[in-house]
Amino acid sequence: MSELSELYQETILEHNKNPRNFREIEDARYTADGNNPLCGDALRVYVKMDGDTVSDVAFKGSGCAISKASASMMTQTLKGKDREEADALFDEFHRMVTGDLDIETQDNKLGKLKIFAGVLEFPARVKCASLSWHTVHAALHGEDVVSTE
Amino acid sequence: MAKPESALRDVAAWNVEKIREDFPVLTQTVNGKPLVYLDNAASSHVPRLVIDRGSKYLAEEHSNIHRGVHYLSQNATTAYEAAREKVKRFINAPDVKECIFVRGCTEGVNLVAHSYGRKFIGKGDEILVSQMEHHSNILPWQQIAEDKGAFLKVIPINERGELISEEFERLLNERTKMVAISHVSNSLGTVNPVKEMVETAHKFGVPVLVDAAQSVPHFPVDVQDLDCDFFVFSGHKMYAPTGSGVLYGKRKWLDQMPPYQTGGGMIRTVSFEGSTYAPIPEKFEAGTPAIAAGIGLGAAIDYINSIDFAAAARYEHELLEYATARLADIPGVRIIGTASEKASVLSFEVEGVHPHDIGTILDQQGIAIRAGHHCAQPVMKFFDVPATARASFAFYNTREEVDKLADAVQKVKEVFA
Repeated sequence: MSELSELYQETILEHNKNPRNFREIEDARYTADGNNPLCGDALRVYVKMDGDTVSDVAFKGSGCAISKASASMMTQTLKGKDREEADALFDEFHRMVTGDLDIETQDNKLGKLKIFAGVLEFPARVKCASLSWHTVHAALHGEDVVSTE
Repeated sequence: MAKPESALRDVAAWNVEKIREDFPVLTQTVNGKPLVYLDNAASSHVPRLVIDRGSKYLAEEHSNIHRGVHYLSQNATTAYEAAREKVKRFINAPDVKECIFVRGCTEGVNLVAHSYGRKFIGKGDEILVSQMEHHSNILPWQQIAEDKGAFLKVIPINERGELISEEFERLLNERTKMVAISHVSNSLGTVNPVKEMVETAHKFGVPVLVDAAQSVPHFPVDVQDLDCDFFVFSGHKMYAPTGSGVLYGKRKWLDQMPPYQTGGGMIRTVSFEGSTYAPIPEKFEAGTPAIAAGIGLGAAIDYINSIDFAAAARYEHELLEYATARLADIPGVRIIGTASEKASVLSFEVEGVHPHDIGTILDQQGIAIRAGHHCAQPVMKFFDVPATARASFAFYNTREEVDKLADAVQKVKEVFA
């Protein structure tokens, strides 16, 4: 059960239960929809900008604990970051959950997001963890729908 | 279905441990736990007999069929056609030529939708499917309806997941050109009254296609008794390899229908001015088929014939009832699909836990279930759930495995408490 506890850590379970920034932003500059048609995860991400900086970011939708917790923690992390920083975090997160970034040995700014490195052991769940990141990336780059199937 | 008393006697008579010895895959461990395989509705496992038959074919008999005059080709052809003969007897088809080998149920439905549809469906016509269909029995019809300017009509279901038969009768009319209906729902387990539905549809002169993917593996069927016009199923859900499947169709339709795919093996003459086609079944079997898989399907039928399949069906039904009772006992568990007639499938949700998380936690206990929409999004929409967890049983599953499932679902609740 060690692997399982590594995936469903207390922090993830807590964010699943009480997701942060789980709301709409009416005057968002960007919104995008993310879907994982395979499992039915569906979320909408809202981004509000102040110049080049993310001044507010939130999400709504339904999904598994991993996708919900990932979206919740993503919104906490991205607030106050500029586009470049957001893109860099997306890249690092994506590489972490697909096994291209070793968080132990390679420099990164993932901080508490490292908790999602555990999904590497659960290939079927990688897309759950990365759905919100793909969606916010699409939002910031002017695409409005993203699918992770 | 069997009465409880007689069912109990059958369960005692069914030697599941002996049956399990026939399925090599069942002895392995997953994540350090003995494999508990409850994903049979997605794909079932193959008995030793089928594995050995496939190996023997590949090792000793392989060649292209219906082509060569040489020894191997003739042997392969004989073995492949023997499998077709087994299919005919298994479903009690009147004529072996009415049994067409396809890649699986999906290809079978597509074949009928596109070939029958091309010939018999026109502008303003109607095709009847049900709310509980698998996507593979919706999308081919939706496509042909869009192509032809026809309409897809939907037979509704009630909150137990049963078809509303009065609505079915109301939807039938002189514009209806096809009724396409599942024998057993893959997402709910509902056994539909297809025999009665065929009778009703025939009163309007409407042919019926039965998607038998989830029925054929679980209880004996007889296409002449059902009197359906088309009957499709996959081998890999009935203890045979993937890539095998059958479309049975009444000759009166098949003879009139144009080829679905064209190519080698299905022609009479070919010229640039025009070509003529072989009679059934070859007309619908263009190209080299999955020969090993087809022979494997024949072996799977041999296996089913070697056991007491009617007793297996009663045992499975008892197992499903036991599993239903065990899970229903757990607070926060909701069973999706509570029809009075069910087979094999137990869909459920656990309050506050996404089915994907259930699936992952069960997998860590060595328990394989399916979590998702089961290619039945209209069903998910009806029950207002994004997805369900689904345990599906075969005659090699045991009560102990059901107990493990129930314990693991308790564990899910603890993790997410």
